[in-house]
Amino acid sequence: MAKVLVVTSGKGGVGKTTTTAALGAALAQSGKNVVVVDFDVGLRNLDLIMGAERRVVFDLINVVQGDAKLPQALIRDKRIDTLSLLPASQTRDKDALTEEGVARVIAELREKFDWVVCDSPAGIEKGATLSMRHADAAVIVTNPEVSSVRDSDRIIGLLDSKTLRAETGGRIEKHLLLTRYDPARAARGEMLKVDDVIEILSVPLLGIIPDSEEVLRASNLGAPVTLANPTSPPARAYFEAARRLMGETIDVTVPSEKRGLIGRLFGRKVVA
Amino acid sequence: MSLFSFLNKRSSAPVARERLQILLAHERALAGKSDLAAILQEEILAVIARHIAVDREKVQVKLDRGNAVSTLEIDIEMPEQPGASGAAKVPVRN
Repeated sequence: MAKVLVVTSGKGGVGKTTTTAALGAALAQSGKNVVVVDFDVGLRNLDLIMGAERRVVFDLINVVQGDAKLPQALIRDKRIDTLSLLPASQTRDKDALTEEGVARVIAELREKFDWVVCDSPAGIEKGATLSMRHADAAVIVTNPEVSSVRDSDRIIGLLDSKTLRAETGGRIEKHLLLTRYDPARAARGEMLKVDDVIEILSVPLLGIIPDSEEVLRASNLGAPVTLANPTSPPARAYFEAARRLMGETIDVTVPSEKRGLIGRLFGRKVVA
Repeated sequence: MSLFSFLNKRSSAPVARERLQILLAHERALAGKSDLAAILQEEILAVIARHIAVDREKVQVKLDRGNAVSTLEIDIEMPEQPGASGAAKVPVRN
């Protein structure tokens, strides 16, 4: 049965689009049929992060308004054939999204795919609420930083009240994904620790994505980080998170770079 | 800038943690409700306006949210009676 997953955060710039691309690709790399859907109407970027920006013809708004059929708007990934993208419109605004239209598109996507991963826009306006409306599960992307944690708390409140599941007496499955984490700084008391964030937000942890140069490199190249460099620490963390989404129980680790002797000595000194 | 303040500067995460815990406890309690400070301001002003002419421009509202006690301070200036300006302090929650 298909699962609809929303990647959300409230705050902008914490890594929602990076996460949508990386988790979507990781799920597809393990053989699942996956579509990633960009809900950021007017400020689309998932196409760019996926490296499909030159292949966009129709978009979500065209399908919502009936100007194009869903298969016409879907862009099949050139590297993984089980991965597709439904881009957002760049020229329209969020008012072009309608409740009924989105419901119809999501229902159609559920029939075609195992996973429907929705990339929410920042904020709590219409685009964000519609992107979470039909979700079965949510990944709350949070940076270990006060404004991001506060906005995540707000979004958790909306997930528990404004989603279809919540309104019909059910519960939405929630997962915390901590991104841009720097274990050394957290150990020195300069950054909120993983346990602090989990305790404050009371949401189970899906994974910890270490702060890494590889994420920017992947976006420069137009490839999800799990494809651009599958053995890099952030990619390994995303692969683990994807396995947990699929129901596996594995310990959460913070993947790190393989360090030379100097790096190891330095790392130990910092942690001690 | 003593040695002590240098040591303190390093470990800012506990401060972030405590600030978040206090803030979110308040925000969760207020979720779904309208702005309590605004409602109190309106109703208190309405009561006072029944007896005294109040200039809406000269009303100051201050909210200080603490760990145990929060203070809502509504300062209403009454220009018609010099020296009669007063502050009403209303504790709102703990």
